Amino acid sequence: MSEEPAQPLYRTSSGGPEMTVARFWREIPQRYNMVGTKCDTCGDVFFPPRAICPHCRRDGKIVPCQFSGKGKVLTYSILSAASDQFSALKPYVLAIIELEEGTRVTSHLICEPDEVHIGMPVKSVFRVLDREGSDGIIHYGTKFVPDI
Amino acid sequence: MRDVAVIGAGITKFGERWDTSFRDLCTEAGIAALEDANVAGEQIDALFVGSMSAGRFVGQEHVGALVADYVGLGGDLHTPATRVEAACASGGLAFRQAVAAVSSGMSDVVIAAGVEKMTDVGDSTDVLAGAADREWESFAGATFPGLYAMIACDYMHKYGLTREQLAQVSVKNHYHGARNPFAQFQNEITQSTVMNSTLVASPLRLFDCSPVSDGAAVVVVCPLEKAREFTDTPIRVLASAQAGDTIALHDRPDFSTMGATVAAGNSAFRQAKLERKDIDFVEVHDCFTIAELCAIEDLGFVPKGTAGKFTEQGETQLGGRLPVNTSGGLKACGHPVGATGIKQIWEVVQQLRGEGGKRQVEGAEIGMTQNVGGTGATVVSHIFGRA
Repeated sequence: MSEEPAQPLYRTSSGGPEMTVARFWREIPQRYNMVGTKCDTCGDVFFPPRAICPHCRRDGKIVPCQFSGKGKVLTYSILSAASDQFSALKPYVLAIIELEEGTRVTSHLICEPDEVHIGMPVKSVFRVLDREGSDGIIHYGTKFVPDI
Repeated sequence: MRDVAVIGAGITKFGERWDTSFRDLCTEAGIAALEDANVAGEQIDALFVGSMSAGRFVGQEHVGALVADYVGLGGDLHTPATRVEAACASGGLAFRQAVAAVSSGMSDVVIAAGVEKMTDVGDSTDVLAGAADREWESFAGATFPGLYAMIACDYMHKYGLTREQLAQVSVKNHYHGARNPFAQFQNEITQSTVMNSTLVASPLRLFDCSPVSDGAAVVVVCPLEKAREFTDTPIRVLASAQAGDTIALHDRPDFSTMGATVAAGNSAFRQAKLERKDIDFVEVHDCFTIAELCAIEDLGFVPKGTAGKFTEQGETQLGGRLPVNTSGGLKACGHPVGATGIKQIWEVVQQLRGEGGKRQVEGAEIGMTQNVGGTGATVVSHIFGRA
């Protein structure tokens, strides 16, 4: 079980230009606090946030929505191979989690690989996602852990 | 709307083509297709090139122009060339653009090419992860094997699919690939080869996954009414369908059903006025073994949850009720992502002309393709028949 990469990881191993930090800080409300959106017309909730309700479209009324961070595992996989920036975490658990408000997210689930199962209750935690580029800029965000 | 026919098809050997560049691959397949179609450069009205990520695989954008230039259509002839991108469905979509150009009356003779040069880059896993939702799947550590593994986990939980049944998809595709001289892997394997291969993303192992490949495939289309000016064996396009879905797997109501395959398949069957039983063979997008099972179910050939048993009984192998991926599929023929959709059509052309050699489907008259982008956010499906 590895929660944080032991060494700086570089996103751009395949030669592309490094991303600017703006790509992350513009999403700080979502990544740090799990703020998504809700359509007041049909009641559906969205995380990550959507600006347009896919059911109501122009009739939708989108408002912010705070998610509790609690949910359950719908499906999962234990990854033994990864792209270079996640290589230090191997093996790690990837899961699709249904939040109690109703929407789903894909996340790294921090637990022992033999612990994960469909239906497992989980909760969100604030963690380092990775470090980017030669300066090692740290990206923080949400991961999930078992909710015991 | 005019009826459209395929009048020529060419392909490169798929595999690790260290000695061959991006443009060389296109030229090799392009010459083969133009010779097959007996078409001269002056007769070509337009070119569509499917490539998923030339920009990240070889650092080259503007590949429509590059390919046109190096197949001899650029400098003197100034032939219009357009790149088409829909991740791993780029090839199928390039073909659909070519069909639309001819069908509409805008153009007469049009080329559809698909190409990818994947082995020049170290971390192809990260490039491919761009076909998912980069910010909300890939940033969380999702890889393509990981996403399809979560489909497999969901499917096994719901339908009791066994690991052995899943392995049989790969065994069957290697059996077909061993009969295709252009395939990356031309060796037969056994169930234990798959079961003992290294874990990639549970429950998927290395032999459940399509490889990293270089390759190109090219086909030529024209109006059906003019096809016999070029060839004695035109292949008629009976349906051209495309459908979309959410970019992220987690937003689908059922992870084990590819909604875009269902929609594109239904549209294709409506257009062709055919039923499932009329299809003699199908080329589907087996980027991972689980994807082939979902595909033949979502296209309506077998009920949901039964494709594993259908495969285990040998029904999808040559000689079975519905031969699937006689080319070897993405698993054994190889998966240069942008080329795959055109390769599927190339294979259908070989089969319908009766030129399938050791992998010929006897009496093949109607063939179908299904080409997937990402985890199913784009699906392109075509049906073909002898003209």
